[in-house]
Amino acid sequence: MIKIENLHASIDGKEILKGLNLEVNAGEVHAIMGPNGAGKSTLASILAGREEYEITEGSILFEGKDLLELSTEDRAREGLFLAFQYPVEIPGVSNINFLRTSLNEIKEYRGENPLSAKDFMKMVREKSTIVELDSKLANRSVNVGFSGGEKKRNEIFQMAMLDPKLAILDETDSGLDIDALRIVANGVNKLKTPQNACIVITHYQRLLDYIVPDFVHVLFDGKIVKTGTKELALILEEKGYDWIKESAAV
Amino acid sequence: MYAVNTTQVNKLSQLLAPLDRSSLSLEKEKMQDLQDFLETANLPTTKDENWKYTRLTKLSNASFSGSQNANIPFTVYQDAYRIVFDNGKLVRKDAFNGCRSLTELTSHELTQLKPNKVIFDALNFVYAEDGIFLDVYGDLDKPIEILHLSNGNKVNNIRHYIRVHSLAKAEISLIFSADEESKSFSNIVSEIHLDNGAQLVINKLQVERGLDVNISREKVTQHRDSVFTMNTISLDGQFVRNDVEISVQGVNAESNLNGVYIVREQQFIDNHTIIDHQVPHCLSNELYKGVIFDKATAVFNGKVFVRKDAQKINAFQSNANILMSEDATVNAKPELEIYADDVKCSHGSTTGQLDEEAIFYLKSRGISDSGARNLLVSAFVGQVLEKIEHEDIQTFISKKLQERFGWEN
Repeated sequence: MIKIENLHASIDGKEILKGLNLEVNAGEVHAIMGPNGAGKSTLASILAGREEYEITEGSILFEGKDLLELSTEDRAREGLFLAFQYPVEIPGVSNINFLRTSLNEIKEYRGENPLSAKDFMKMVREKSTIVELDSKLANRSVNVGFSGGEKKRNEIFQMAMLDPKLAILDETDSGLDIDALRIVANGVNKLKTPQNACIVITHYQRLLDYIVPDFVHVLFDGKIVKTGTKELALILEEKGYDWIKESAAV
Repeated sequence: MYAVNTTQVNKLSQLLAPLDRSSLSLEKEKMQDLQDFLETANLPTTKDENWKYTRLTKLSNASFSGSQNANIPFTVYQDAYRIVFDNGKLVRKDAFNGCRSLTELTSHELTQLKPNKVIFDALNFVYAEDGIFLDVYGDLDKPIEILHLSNGNKVNNIRHYIRVHSLAKAEISLIFSADEESKSFSNIVSEIHLDNGAQLVINKLQVERGLDVNISREKVTQHRDSVFTMNTISLDGQFVRNDVEISVQGVNAESNLNGVYIVREQQFIDNHTIIDHQVPHCLSNELYKGVIFDKATAVFNGKVFVRKDAQKINAFQSNANILMSEDATVNAKPELEIYADDVKCSHGSTTGQLDEEAIFYLKSRGISDSGARNLLVSAFVGQVLEKIEHEDIQTFISKKLQERFGWEN
């Protein structure tokens, strides 16, 4: 699905990623954990195509294509999805209008016919139940006046609508209470198929109680320094990151 | 100094030279007075506070004659009383109660026209060709559509008079359209009166594509319990200057001014508004939004006066602009002058760019860069456009925007 090799990236001359390697296959869930400043959100931003970052070395192949050569919109059209840590409020643009434009542009790119208004609305109703999102929110301006939990649920709702091959969840658990966390995690689990994959970026272990990863990676100082199974997350929860820092320094 | 003056006088007289004095039976004294005024007047310069950001070189350097061909009229409403001016000439006027053209009026009736001694108003009066003289009684069953078409290089001085009588109600659209080849100068003045309890909506739709100069002025007086709403939508225009002046003379009146301007290339749009609250217990709302592309320039100057003793006034004014390029310019000047002490007023103006974070968010969902920008611009002006009530006007504007941007709804 995606293969990241020896990725070096910097912003304003400061190197953040220092040779990151990661391979994710269809049907897998990978968790990336790590202390603040390790480069977790940088990785998510680079995958989505933020232009502020300079890639100095390395490559990213997504479904055999050079991801770094693709524009942000083309990455989305190829099936990559980023659930934002801080979803953006867009006054005046309704959720519905936004998603219809988005779906139609993706379909056009793939040479498919646009959805009829009726089918689209049916899909909105179906998919909004996955994250228990009030269908009234669909008619409101994108994320405007949404609570923290509603914003994150809206991200997963969009994910459900766009049906990506690879979803990257960037600290989707931050700012969520336990009920909202469960709803969001259940939504993600319902969308899981053997054909798609998910990268869950998180600071805490608690999200992984709900979204169970096949692999856990520890990102520290711009590199993945440890990879294990879900048990690794529990060790991190117990011991903190200092333990990793020490072993990484050796 | 003297030399400069001479050139300017010449420029105005050069502009006036090919024009014929109005053949309407206008008051002789007013006519003479204004003609004397014009003889000594100059075209305004940027030293004139009212024209600070507005250079009239497009007007002073142009040469006008009478050549023109007939235009093809279009319609905005599905069903309306239609009036069409083709290069200043009245070519269609549906018959309905209270509607006459100026040429049909007696000299006595024409004394109701009240020109001010300011240059374009005076010029309009002295050289007035024609215009609509409208008395609205009761609830008008259909909207009125007044189309102003131009395609030549003629000067069109048209003067309208609209009086909505006590408790009467009307909707009127003033539409200005020019074809790509047009180099006309349209100087339009509308005198608008709302009697007690009258309700009037004016939609001013400017879709001039050519090199036209459009200077138009609406002088509005409002009496007790009247509601006046004006939607000024300018979607093109090489040079557009709009002056709206509302004099609120009766208590419990409401005035709403909504404006959208979207200009591109080297176009220029200037909106000057005045709302003069002379009496207590009134409400005014003003919202103008502009999107400026390429090397275009926009000017917004909104003045709200609250006179002494005009207590309990609620007056809200807001102007917002988005610059779509490095070379786009906005000069915005919101002004509030309050001489009463028990009022609630606010005003503000903002100018900025599209939110890049929002653009990235939209692109990350597969929307193209231009699609993302269109969505945001359309949302920005949508907050004004949604205030327009008549569906046909909404449709007309959507269609124009769609032609230009490929926008949906």
